[in-house]
Amino acid sequence: MEAHQNIDLPQGSIEKKTTTLNLGPTHPATHGVFQNIMEIDGERVVSTEQSVGFIHRAFEKLAERRNLYQITPITDRLNYCSSPINNMGWHITCERFLNVETPKRVDYLRVIIMELARISDHLICNSIVGVDTGAYTGFLYVMQYRELIYEIYEEVCGSRLTTNIGRIGGFERNFSNTAFVKLEKFLNEYPKVLKEFENLFTRNRIFMERTQGTGGISAARAMNYGFTGPNLRAAGVDYDVRVANPYSSYQDFDFTVPIGSTGDNYDRFLVRNAEMWQSISIIKQAYEKVQSFKGADAEIFHADVPAYYLPKKEDVYNNMEALIWHFKIIMGEVDLPKGQIYSAVEGGNGELGFYLVSDGGRTPFRLHFRRPCFIYYQAYPELITGGMLSDAVVTMSSLNLIAGELDA
Amino acid sequence: MRPVRFNIHPKEAEIADAISMAPAPDGIGGEGFFATQLSSVVGLARKNSLWPLPFATSCCGIEFMATMASHYDLSRFGSERVGFSPRQCDLLMVMGTIAKKMAPVLRQVYLQMAEPRWVIAVGACASSGGIFDTYSVLQGIDQVIPVDVYVPGCPPRPEAIIDGFMKIQDLVGQESIRRRNSEQYKALLNSYGIQ
Amino acid sequence: MALSNNTIEEKLVEKFGDQVSAFSTASGILSFESPAPINLKVIQFLYDELGFTFLTDLCGVNYPDQKGAEIVVVYHLHNFIENVRIRFSVAVPVEKPDVFTASKLFESANWMERETYDFFGVNFIGHANLKRILNVDEMDYFPLRKEFPLEDQTRIDKDDEMFGRG
Repeated sequence: MEAHQNIDLPQGSIEKKTTTLNLGPTHPATHGVFQNIMEIDGERVVSTEQSVGFIHRAFEKLAERRNLYQITPITDRLNYCSSPINNMGWHITCERFLNVETPKRVDYLRVIIMELARISDHLICNSIVGVDTGAYTGFLYVMQYRELIYEIYEEVCGSRLTTNIGRIGGFERNFSNTAFVKLEKFLNEYPKVLKEFENLFTRNRIFMERTQGTGGISAARAMNYGFTGPNLRAAGVDYDVRVANPYSSYQDFDFTVPIGSTGDNYDRFLVRNAEMWQSISIIKQAYEKVQSFKGADAEIFHADVPAYYLPKKEDVYNNMEALIWHFKIIMGEVDLPKGQIYSAVEGGNGELGFYLVSDGGRTPFRLHFRRPCFIYYQAYPELITGGMLSDAVVTMSSLNLIAGELDA
Repeated sequence: MRPVRFNIHPKEAEIADAISMAPAPDGIGGEGFFATQLSSVVGLARKNSLWPLPFATSCCGIEFMATMASHYDLSRFGSERVGFSPRQCDLLMVMGTIAKKMAPVLRQVYLQMAEPRWVIAVGACASSGGIFDTYSVLQGIDQVIPVDVYVPGCPPRPEAIIDGFMKIQDLVGQESIRRRNSEQYKALLNSYGIQ
Repeated sequence: MALSNNTIEEKLVEKFGDQVSAFSTASGILSFESPAPINLKVIQFLYDELGFTFLTDLCGVNYPDQKGAEIVVVYHLHNFIENVRIRFSVAVPVEKPDVFTASKLFESANWMERETYDFFGVNFIGHANLKRILNVDEMDYFPLRKEFPLEDQTRIDKDDEMFGRG
């Protein structure tokens, strides 16, 4: 019999009392490629050994070869359920590094797109928690509204999932009327759908009994493990990068940060639902603010930074300066200043940080992504030890682990 | 100002007498009998009831989830039941980047599948490594397993995934009964080191 | 009660004297360096006295031109209550890249140090499980060091003509 490739059977494995279960890299789709070699005693998990890196794509080494705009497509593929947030986080990092200030209208449009991405990410996470407890219907209902969010992205940037949206300083084109029509349709129809989704799960006895009390973590342990985002807020710590280090004019918006108490699976589900309601409110406020710009102000969709912002094609063909800037930007002839910066945004999973070190060349000297999933996945053994195997599966999906972000 | 393009006046489908049936294969028919090649009948049955194994690793997996959802429903094509056990599945859908660490796992899953089996490589990363020309990414799954259909895109739209699936259906419908035992197929597997 | 960067700098100099150096402020975050043997003392001081109880990030950078200090390990810490961030780096030579592990104090440092070991070869003394985490276990070099290339060198199917290198 051929030797196993993923498990090393140690000595005494016949005499031992626990079963070794390889919850292997080929997971039933949805979660991504993680391996957990668990020791289980009946249904109880005694210990687990984790393996990651099955989708390591060497983003950080890749970024050393690419200039700023070429890095945007690889940031897409970090947390691919909410790629606009990654793109804008990277552009905001570049803007802070290059001292570019974006006009208010650009900030508000960015907020609309980022909050749509946050809703999109939380919808996947919560509906997959439902699927893991056996309820497939919620997933099918909400995927319809994710399709509408994808249509809005398509109007703005042309792509559904890996958006590569925006530029340093703003957007590549003004939002068309169709985009606003679709946004209004979303704002009209989605709250009812979210209410229906909540009705299916929040007071559902089976769901509550599956998720309450499992996978819990205290606030102190969560902070020590480096949790951020909804997982930390479910444990009771109200840390949100949008409030601590506001970016893209988030300080102009009125929203609350929901927190939980026990940090278990049920709290994480409720915190994500509450955040979706807050996101809807933020999008409404941003939309009203955007509509309040009239006349020439309503045409602004990018900052005036010719050194980093690709000019319009009409100008490139007719205007000498625009042609030169276009050439310089595409060929990467614009050098970055020397220095380093750490800048973070609130991604769907928590604090997504970009640590950029530049030595004056055209590509970053070192770009490190502070990936929230990678850091809080370390806590997984502590969350599931002593619990049952089926709770281990629900815990993994309620942590919202995205393999692309974890392995980078 | 571009006109609104999405469908705000949907037409009602006329389904009163529109029951669509799969086209019958070539053959000789008469009252109460129909004679055709065995491979056509078997192909027809197989192609409309493929059970896929979604080997979803990254972003293409999310587009697959969108394909399985109600908007772009893949179960219209007979794949209502996606399975995760290789022995029970016909079609291995590899969606997403396969890193070198994952390649032995992919190969093992392929080896565990029972004949007849087909492989579809969804997305640029599975077809050729995609945008990740790095030391840790396998530059295309056809380095380790034989592939039948490649679907380009990063990620491919759900319509493209369905198009790839329909091409697999064409391959399945026209496959000869003897193919899996033929010398050519054995030579193909040998070139990958599979006995 | 606000903790300003100046106050932090004064307290650090008071405690460690000339062992903390190269203070600078890049976009509001104070950065400083210290020698590798006292990194745990500095982190413990920041944790206990100044309230930096959250380790945001731990990563490595390779400066091949700085002889004797080629690999730098950078810690980013965050004080939630005062909402202050700080950056602190230690430099080690590439021949003997030993740094004491912070994983006893911060559980989140565990995997971040394994990642830094995997990419740069930094040996974290006292780490419970210092193995490769993201790359294959059989890999025998440290890929993010500047001397190693990005692409897989064992490929034979790439046509250099098409890539402008032929």
